[in-house]
Amino acid sequence: MEGREVVLPTVSRVALCGGTHGNELSGVYLVRERLKRKRKVEEEDHISVVTVMSNPRAVQQCRRYTETDLNRCFTHATLSGPVTDKTPYEIVRSQELNTLLGPKGSPEAMDLVCDLHNTTANMGLCLIAYSDCDWISLHIYRYLQRQMSDIPVRFIHFDLPLNEAYSLDSVGKHGFAIEIGPQAHGVVRSNILSTMQEGVQHMLEWVHLFNSGTQFEGGKVDVYTMVKNVDYPRDFETHGITAAIHPQLQDRDFCLLRPNDPVFQTFSGETLKYKGTEPLYPFFINECAYYEKGIALSLARQRSVGIPSIRSEREGEQGKRTSSADEMEEEEKIKGEMEGEGYQKLIEYGEESDSLNGQHN
Amino acid sequence: MYNTTELCSVVSGHSSPAAILCKCTTRTAFISQLVKKRQPWILLPGNFQRLLSRVLKLALSSEGLYQLFNIPAFTTAMTSSTNVSCFHEARRVAIFGGTHGNEMSGVTLVNLWIQNGKEIHRKGVETKPFITNPRAVEKCTRYVDTDLNRAFTTENLSAPSGDDLPYEVQRAQQINEIFGPKGSPEAYDVIFDLHNTTSNMGCTLILESSKDHFNLQMMHYIKKAIAPDSCPVLLTEHPLLKYSTSRSVAKHPVGLEVGPQPQGVLRSNIFESMRVVLKHALDFIELFNEGLEFPPCTVDVFRVSEKMDYPRDTNGNIIAMVHPNLQDCDWEPLNPGDPMFQTFDGTTLRYEGAGTVYPTFINEAAYYEKQQAFVTTRRETLAAGAIKKNIGQSYSV
Repeated sequence: MEGREVVLPTVSRVALCGGTHGNELSGVYLVRERLKRKRKVEEEDHISVVTVMSNPRAVQQCRRYTETDLNRCFTHATLSGPVTDKTPYEIVRSQELNTLLGPKGSPEAMDLVCDLHNTTANMGLCLIAYSDCDWISLHIYRYLQRQMSDIPVRFIHFDLPLNEAYSLDSVGKHGFAIEIGPQAHGVVRSNILSTMQEGVQHMLEWVHLFNSGTQFEGGKVDVYTMVKNVDYPRDFETHGITAAIHPQLQDRDFCLLRPNDPVFQTFSGETLKYKGTEPLYPFFINECAYYEKGIALSLARQRSVGIPSIRSEREGEQGKRTSSADEMEEEEKIKGEMEGEGYQKLIEYGEESDSLNGQHN
Repeated sequence: MYNTTELCSVVSGHSSPAAILCKCTTRTAFISQLVKKRQPWILLPGNFQRLLSRVLKLALSSEGLYQLFNIPAFTTAMTSSTNVSCFHEARRVAIFGGTHGNEMSGVTLVNLWIQNGKEIHRKGVETKPFITNPRAVEKCTRYVDTDLNRAFTTENLSAPSGDDLPYEVQRAQQINEIFGPKGSPEAYDVIFDLHNTTSNMGCTLILESSKDHFNLQMMHYIKKAIAPDSCPVLLTEHPLLKYSTSRSVAKHPVGLEVGPQPQGVLRSNIFESMRVVLKHALDFIELFNEGLEFPPCTVDVFRVSEKMDYPRDTNGNIIAMVHPNLQDCDWEPLNPGDPMFQTFDGTTLRYEGAGTVYPTFINEAAYYEKQQAFVTTRRETLAAGAIKKNIGQSYSV
């Protein structure tokens, strides 16, 4: 796998989204500052970055969402559903965003959608994506890991097919969420914001390098593939929770959870242990927003994934690939394959209409 | 104010002699009434003299406290210390959770105790756990219409009730009826109001009045009990910054603020800390009710001084965050020149006050909308006099 080189289209159109959840403030502030500055791009950057405040109403109220979770509204079914005046705001908005940044699954979609999030869980910096063989995302992940020494950088893979993928980042040809924690919702911590700014900066650096023709060598990266969610123990009648995350598990995201390790502590002091047979890696431990979704923690398997060496297509070098059976499968997974057509390199920053961006004062 | 007839009937109506004190009418009238009632203990010259001088001394003081005397105890007290404040027993205690619906420790503890109150049961005390803002709890939000913990103003409490009032104002009126009325003799003796904060405040006790000796003694007791862990006391007595809390309905309001914990999240360690502090508080009340005298003590407190907002632009948007050096440093000294905020482009803004202050509520999520990045405090030592329960019957005065 590592011997061959994969040639991919340039990543010329990037969307940077914040405020998908209105109380996850690092992304909100980062997007706001970018929109305020409306930074001019140097010609040599070869990328256009569209900066979007995804859920302006929720941002204004400093809530996760107003009617329904926007970041669950990007399945094909929801995006193609009818809109009436009773349709929840977030569904209307998801369709707007799909028009702006997609349409999902089409050649017009953004090359890369990066969605900024915070979590109350102690997760460091995580890239979260639906594919474990999107080489662009995985190379960006490796680049971030190498550039950012202060904070653990990890890659979480949710194994879902594209049409079932429900989050905003699935709209682009390539996409991932950048999730940084721990940070309480409704709060902006300077160190967490700095980390996010750094992460975004390195990501754009990588894209610039990639588009300029840099070859990125192959190798191996560790990926956490989501296996299952674990809910809190609940009262049979009231459905209220009857235990909290055990103090020995609290804040220990990505520390291997073995059978019989403590997971919960009931309010009467009893320890509830992990009953699974396979040791797994916990994450999203005690994420505030997941109480209502019935998730106390998620569990993942860690594996090593080989990534090929990649570089961007040169002028006139369209569609040139080394072929193999694997490649065919891979091509299917690489979103938005351009067949026999060039594409424009646009240089524009944050010039979306106000009505789509919402407020960015 | 009692007239002498009332005073005497109250005095004579008790088997262990006691005198209710307020402002006496005339000294002679009082004496003649007492003599008439033939209270033998009164006629003992030494006791009588001391009683009278004590009565007059207190009558002339500006405190206006109601005091109950047990005469044998009174005589010993006279020789040991003239400054034992006697309170009637703390019989009615409430524990409020969910004043802010997304502050989960209090919500969880109170719901637990509503189901099974064994843990909070104390001899001779009626402890009532109570969810103050059920609608906010249900939605896991701080409040529905307006902040309940700012709603107990005189204006709100005396407004004519009606469905058009904001939900929390209606709720404040209901709570005032059940646990108050605020300022009246019928009000609950003690209310513990359980809160969480996103700030790194540890277990903070909130005191509303520097003259509440009962609360001071309780806080002193709690601090000693949880040592070496610390339990800072925040004194919110301030003409502008004090706010009308749900607990203010009680005679002795006690706030308990534990953090850091994100809103909507329940952390085991935070939950257990709150539980332990409450246990000690209830133990204190039980000991007090059993008649234990608590000697004079001092309590180090942090008196609230100034509210500091985030730097904002002309449109009111925040342009800087709490500086990394200040983040999580609640209760640590902030000296003039120390970093305070960091703008988004990395510039440091420094504290320019006159002297060292002790900031708290640093980066509390709920205070962004209240224009507060943190609040400064100054250290102070408060003295609490000795306190003891009166041994006579308690009066509802």
